[in-house]
Amino acid sequence: MPETIIIPDFSLSPRIDQVGIEERADRITKRSIKKESKVSLLKLGLSMIDLTTLEGKDSEGKVKQLCYKAKHLLDSYPSLPTVAAVCVYPSMVKTAKQSLGSSGVKVASVATAFPSGQTSLDIKLEDVRFAVEQGADEVDMVLSRGKFLAGDYNYVFDEIAAVKEVCGEARLKVILETGELVTFDKVRRASDIAMYAGADFIKTSTGKVSPAANLPVTLVMLLAIRDFYYKTGRMVGMKPAGGISKAKLALHYLMMLNEILGGDWMNNHWFRFGASSLANDLLMQLMKEKTGIYQGKDYFPID
Amino acid sequence: MMENIIAKKSPAAARVNGNSKIAEKPEKGKRLEVLKTYKIYIGGKFPRTESGRYYVAANSAGEKLANMCLSSRKDFREAVVAARTAFGDWGSRHALNRGQILYRMAEMLEGRKMQFIEELLKQDASRKLAENEANLSIDRLIYYAGWCDKFQQIFSSVNPVACSHFNFSAPEPTGVVSVIAPQNNSLIGLVSVIAPVIAGGNTCIALASYSKPLCAITFAEVLNSSDVPGGTVNILTGNPDELLPYFSNHMDVNAVVYCEKDPAGRKVIHENAALNLKRTVFYEDTNWNSKEVQSPYRIMDTQEIKTTWHPIENIGGAKAGY
Repeated sequence: MPETIIIPDFSLSPRIDQVGIEERADRITKRSIKKESKVSLLKLGLSMIDLTTLEGKDSEGKVKQLCYKAKHLLDSYPSLPTVAAVCVYPSMVKTAKQSLGSSGVKVASVATAFPSGQTSLDIKLEDVRFAVEQGADEVDMVLSRGKFLAGDYNYVFDEIAAVKEVCGEARLKVILETGELVTFDKVRRASDIAMYAGADFIKTSTGKVSPAANLPVTLVMLLAIRDFYYKTGRMVGMKPAGGISKAKLALHYLMMLNEILGGDWMNNHWFRFGASSLANDLLMQLMKEKTGIYQGKDYFPID
Repeated sequence: MMENIIAKKSPAAARVNGNSKIAEKPEKGKRLEVLKTYKIYIGGKFPRTESGRYYVAANSAGEKLANMCLSSRKDFREAVVAARTAFGDWGSRHALNRGQILYRMAEMLEGRKMQFIEELLKQDASRKLAENEANLSIDRLIYYAGWCDKFQQIFSSVNPVACSHFNFSAPEPTGVVSVIAPQNNSLIGLVSVIAPVIAGGNTCIALASYSKPLCAITFAEVLNSSDVPGGTVNILTGNPDELLPYFSNHMDVNAVVYCEKDPAGRKVIHENAALNLKRTVFYEDTNWNSKEVQSPYRIMDTQEIKTTWHPIENIGGAKAGY
């Protein structure tokens, strides 16, 4: 019997000091990292990637290619990890699952009328059910931003809880779409709602709205995760997504993660990057560290 | 060449207002001259070197001329990123437009000729030589501006083939070119090596003369005000011995231009260029004022030939004989 968690009044979620958060996030970008740490962080970063393709034009061929890339990041560089997961639309889950086979790379599926989430709860649940039946290991749902911004927190909470129930064994990531929430106060409140409603991960963005993930908003969410952990003893994962395409930026995220949540979160069970072009930049930096020569993108497979 | 130059790690104060003659106590009532801070040129902006290092450029009398950025490999890397980004735009512009922009560069240089002459005088040139060098630099830009939309026709060909194909070859820019400018002069050498590279649609990162760097940065100001898209030409100042390995081994660089006879330098370039089969271009010239150094063949030095096989119904169908 799990411990009872008391649901707080979300309208009382802590207010966030915007200037303070931005300055603290900015300070993290000013630090230097020693070479050995850099190499291990680059490899860790690779293992945390949710290699993503979420386009209307996605075809089976495209997804198969992406899965191949997920398994074979760079065959000429031995002992590289694979990425954590491949993230696709529900209709592509089966293809991805088959292509990945027993490689250990997970399949994540977006669901609940991604990216807008503007449909009825029944259809959303059906969407999730379909993804899970097809074999998704993880489900990325979108928060109902319209309801949230209108102040209907109970609806949002119940929806997440309902989706979590349908997910069953699959881990649930809740996409807040911070670019549409605008203020840090709302990001914090949405994070709290998602975590109390049962999210296994909170995720910044769909990648379809600008601004997507950035360091300050991730800091706000990491702090929410920390507070939630102190209150309930339950760990929640974090996934910044969208706009992270450079290795250096990825290292900044990892530094922040280590500083706020510590070593327990420094693995791909608790932290993910939603990205597609980041993988190649990480590979280029790893090759640069190995050979001492700056790399060019012409010499790395696109997918 | 380099005995009058001292490399230093800059104190913060010198970085903020690093220039000559400040140490001299001004006469009472005399206006203190406002001296220019020479910075580097990357991606259409004028940053200082990320390393914070500088060196003192002096003339042969040992008089301090300016503090110059002692660029690092990271500055070079930033410049390559800028050049690669700019290549998409510059390389796909139509040739006439590139010609117009090179002409515009010449116009802007003409307008600021006196400033260049003054800088050349500071760097040991006589007035006559300085004026000559400035004029020649302008004329050289005009020369290559004219060639921008003409060299393709001259060096293209329609090739006879023994099957039903229309077969033709045409030059295309090779991509990002790193250029170590001639070290023995300040302006004409730099212009003479940059102009053919960009006339052909490449983008470049140029390392200015170490001992005579002033005109290179002032030339960057000319570029910046003459419709050249940011990143097309990037200019660094610094030590060629230190930077040569990076100029030649970066995997995202497609060609290297080198103008010194130094066999050790050439060996480094040859070896590093082999990593990704960079084009290597070595110039033997010593007199950059001479007309001998300008030629459409110099544009071709950083071009690739692309051959296209286009199916046609039957050979000689157009009675053209190919």
